[in-house]
Amino acid sequence: MAINWFKYSAPATFYGLAGKLIPWFAGASVLFFAAGMYYGFLVAPTDAVQGEAYRIMFIHVPASILSMFIYLIMAGYAALGLIFKTRLSSMMASALAPTGALFAFISLWTGALWGKPMWGAWWVWDARLTSELILLFLYLGFIALHASIDDPRRADRAAALLAIVGSVNVPIIYFSVQWWNTLHQGSTIKFSGTSMHVAMQHALLLMLLACWCYAIAVALARVRSIILERERATQWVGELAEVRS
Amino acid sequence: MKKLSLFALLLLVIRRDLLLAMRRRADVLTTLVFFVMVVSLFPLGVGPEPDMLRKMAPGVVWVAALLASMLSLTRLFAADHADGTLEQMLLAPQSLSVLVLGKMIAHWMVSGLPLVLMSPVLGLQFDMSAQGLGILMIGLLLGTPVLSMLGAVGAALTLGLRGGGVLVSLLVLPLCIPVLIFGAGAVEAVNSGLSAGANLALMGAIAVLALVFTPWVAAQALRISME
Repeated sequence: MAINWFKYSAPATFYGLAGKLIPWFAGASVLFFAAGMYYGFLVAPTDAVQGEAYRIMFIHVPASILSMFIYLIMAGYAALGLIFKTRLSSMMASALAPTGALFAFISLWTGALWGKPMWGAWWVWDARLTSELILLFLYLGFIALHASIDDPRRADRAAALLAIVGSVNVPIIYFSVQWWNTLHQGSTIKFSGTSMHVAMQHALLLMLLACWCYAIAVALARVRSIILERERATQWVGELAEVRS
Repeated sequence: MKKLSLFALLLLVIRRDLLLAMRRRADVLTTLVFFVMVVSLFPLGVGPEPDMLRKMAPGVVWVAALLASMLSLTRLFAADHADGTLEQMLLAPQSLSVLVLGKMIAHWMVSGLPLVLMSPVLGLQFDMSAQGLGILMIGLLLGTPVLSMLGAVGAALTLGLRGGGVLVSLLVLPLCIPVLIFGAGAVEAVNSGLSAGANLALMGAIAVLALVFTPWVAAQALRISME
C-alpha cells in the first residue's frame, strides 16, 4: 500500500489534523503537570544543601531544555521551508518562535528567583545564564524580523536564513561564553545530576513531559491560526464550519 | 564584452564603493566621530580613576567599535537599492557572492579600518600599556572585518524595511558576541601576564569562517529581499 507521506504537509489537511491533536496534547500536559507538581512538592525530599528552594528546578530545568530544543526545531523547520519551499514548515517555524522565547524567558526568570536564595544575587554572569540570555535575543531577532516584513513569503525566507545563521552561531556563542567565564572567575556553582534522588528525577521527567506537551499544543494552536490567516482567500477556509458561523 | 576575472571584479567593486564613500566623506567621519565620542563618554560616566579605566579600556573600545559598525550598516546596500544598481548586480553573470564580498571589504575599509587606526589614541586616554595597545589593534584588525561581514548579512536581510536601522542591530549584535569576547579577552590576557595567542587564534578562526560563509549567505539574503 502506498502511503502518501506528504498528505499532511498541505496546510488544508494539516489544519484538521492539528485540531484533532491539540486536545490530546493539552490534556496530557495538564495531567503531567499535575503529577509533576504532586511529585515535586509532596514526594521529592528536601535537598540536603539547597533546602526547599531547589524545587524551582522542576520548572527551571524543563524550560531551559525546551528553549534550546525549540530553537533547533524552529531552525530545522525554517530550513525545510527555505529549501523545499513548503509553506507549512515556515508556518511551523514562526509558530514555534514565541513559545521558545517564552521558555527562554521563564528559564531566565526562574533562574533569577533561584539564584537569589542560593547565590545571593538575582543575576551572575555565569556562562549558562549568559548564553540563555543570548538565546532569548536570537528569538527576539527572529520574531522582530518576521514581524517587520509585510510579505509573508519574504518574511518566512528572510527569517529562515537568520535562524540558520543563528543555529550555526549558537555553538560558537556557547563556547565563547564558557571560555570567557572560566578565563576570569572560574566556575561559580556547579551541581551534578548524578546524585539526584529518584523522586526528584521522576518529578523532573514529569515536568519535562508536561512542558513538551504544552509546547506542542500551543504551537499547533498557533499554526492553525497562522494557516487561517495566510489561507483566508482559499476556498477550503471559506467552507470551514468555524469560519462560516 | 571582456570577461572579468573574479579578482578583477572584486577590485572593481571595492574601488567603486570606496570612490562613492570618498564623495560622501561626512558619512565616513560620522562613524569615526561616534566611535571616539562613545569611548570618551565612559570615563565621564564611571569616574576618572586610572586603575578602573585601564581595566575596562579593551571592553569599552570593543563595545564602541561594535556600535559604530552598526551605525553605517544600513547604508551598505541602501543607496544601490534606491538607484537600481543592486538589481543590475543581481542580474550580472558574475557571482553575486564575490560582488557582496567586495562591498563588505569596501565597507570595512571605510568604517572598520579608521576605528583600528584610531584605537591606540583612545587606548592612551585610558592609560593602556603599549603591549595592550598592540594587541588591541591586532584584535580589532582581525575582528572588525567580521563585524562588517556579519553586519552585511543583517543589512541584506533588512533591506528596504521600515525601522531597518534598529532591526539590523537587533539581529546582528547577538551574533557578534564571540568577536567581542575574544577581542577584549586578548587584551585582558596580556594585561594579566598570559599570552593573547589563544584569543587571537580563535578570532582569526571566526574571521576565516565568516569570510567563507557570510558572502554567500548575504547574497542569498539579497536575493530574498529583492525578489
